[in-house]
Amino acid sequence: MTDSRYPSAADLAKAVEGFMREELMPALEGRLQFQTLVAANVMAILGRELTDGPAAAVDHADRLASLGIADDEALVAAIRDGDMDGRMGELLTALRPSVEANLKIANPKHLAPREG
Amino acid sequence: MDSAALADIVGNALGGPVEIRGLVRLSGGASRQTFSFDAAHDDGVEELILRRAPDGLGDAVGATMLLEADLMREAARVGVPVPEVLAASAESEQLGAPYVVMRRVAGETIARKILRDEQYADVRPKLAAQCGEILGNLHQMDLSVLPAAPDSYQLDGLRAILDGSGVVSPMLELALRWLEQHRPPSTRTSVVHGDFRHGNFIIGTDELRAVLDWELAHRGDPMEDLGWLCTRAWRFGGKGPVGGFGEYDDLFAGYEKTSGIAVDHDVVKWWELLGTVKWGVICVVQANRHLSGSQKSVELAAIGRRLAEQEYDVLNLLEELTS
Repeated sequence: MTDSRYPSAADLAKAVEGFMREELMPALEGRLQFQTLVAANVMAILGRELTDGPAAAVDHADRLASLGIADDEALVAAIRDGDMDGRMGELLTALRPSVEANLKIANPKHLAPREG
Repeated sequence: MDSAALADIVGNALGGPVEIRGLVRLSGGASRQTFSFDAAHDDGVEELILRRAPDGLGDAVGATMLLEADLMREAARVGVPVPEVLAASAESEQLGAPYVVMRRVAGETIARKILRDEQYADVRPKLAAQCGEILGNLHQMDLSVLPAAPDSYQLDGLRAILDGSGVVSPMLELALRWLEQHRPPSTRTSVVHGDFRHGNFIIGTDELRAVLDWELAHRGDPMEDLGWLCTRAWRFGGKGPVGGFGEYDDLFAGYEKTSGIAVDHDVVKWWELLGTVKWGVICVVQANRHLSGSQKSVELAAIGRRLAEQEYDVLNLLEELTS
């Protein structure tokens, strides 16, 4: 829950990310600089997940429910058992927003199919 | 490492005494270390590379180190550009670990430079066809070089690894189901390089100069190498489905030119989807190395999130394949 008294968790993650990129990285080199870049990217994922993750999870659960499926475990089991064999197109269409939401959190740059 | 021993090895291979200069370590993976050095003798200087197993891994990798050397020699015989192997040993007594010594090939291995730097602008449009030509030759290597060992990163193995990981991914599951139901009939068994992609190519401003890293070579369907090269993760954001530098048709035309075998695009697409699933499974395996505590690393943890990229690529491929 956000509480305007405090910087939100996403604000804190962003602050740490900025510190890593702007202060730590220029002071480091080689392996440590690279690992810090990775860590800053992880902080960015954290920030996006804190902001967008809860709604994405609810939306995904709604999509599964509208397909008559309880959760991801049930979906995977149904696919494996062949119960979804005739519904591939329907599943891909229904789940695209979930896959894209997860990607927007993990790495939004990957969304564009090709770089121009 | 013992540079006098290295001088003996290189001296024996070149037929005269040498002096080792400028020995530097270039990279150290979990299974191989790579060093660059020069060997000076009366008539000049040889630019060389040493690949060596990490200390303590000698017994485990000695045979595969020799196998890599044998594969590179056989690849050279059929016209695949590879570094010339000067010496190799499965024994640890000389350098403390099994090794391969080969000639150093000048060029670039970093995908982002090859795909973006101006100096590679002329070579980029040629690479897809050249990769096809190289693979057409590579798949004519003598199978007897390789033992008939199973490759665990094939379809059944990928499912087993995923099951063992406990990760639940509807997209990977849909892909596995589709792949199982559309297995292409295997028309040939050949030597498969197993990791034919950016990072394992040395590319000059004129052409692809060497194919490296034969560690994952195995017997299998040759189309696996074409599909792996085309998976989106190996395009590094570049234009063109083949390695981010070229088009399918150029790859296939090059392949047909040297092998005489027409490529079935549908079969390559099957392998491209399998390659994308394989990437996803690798993300899971890498993240689990961190999560299990066996190797704490923010990098491995971050790779786990790249599963979301593979799920997205799987989605797009499945839509294309089933539309």
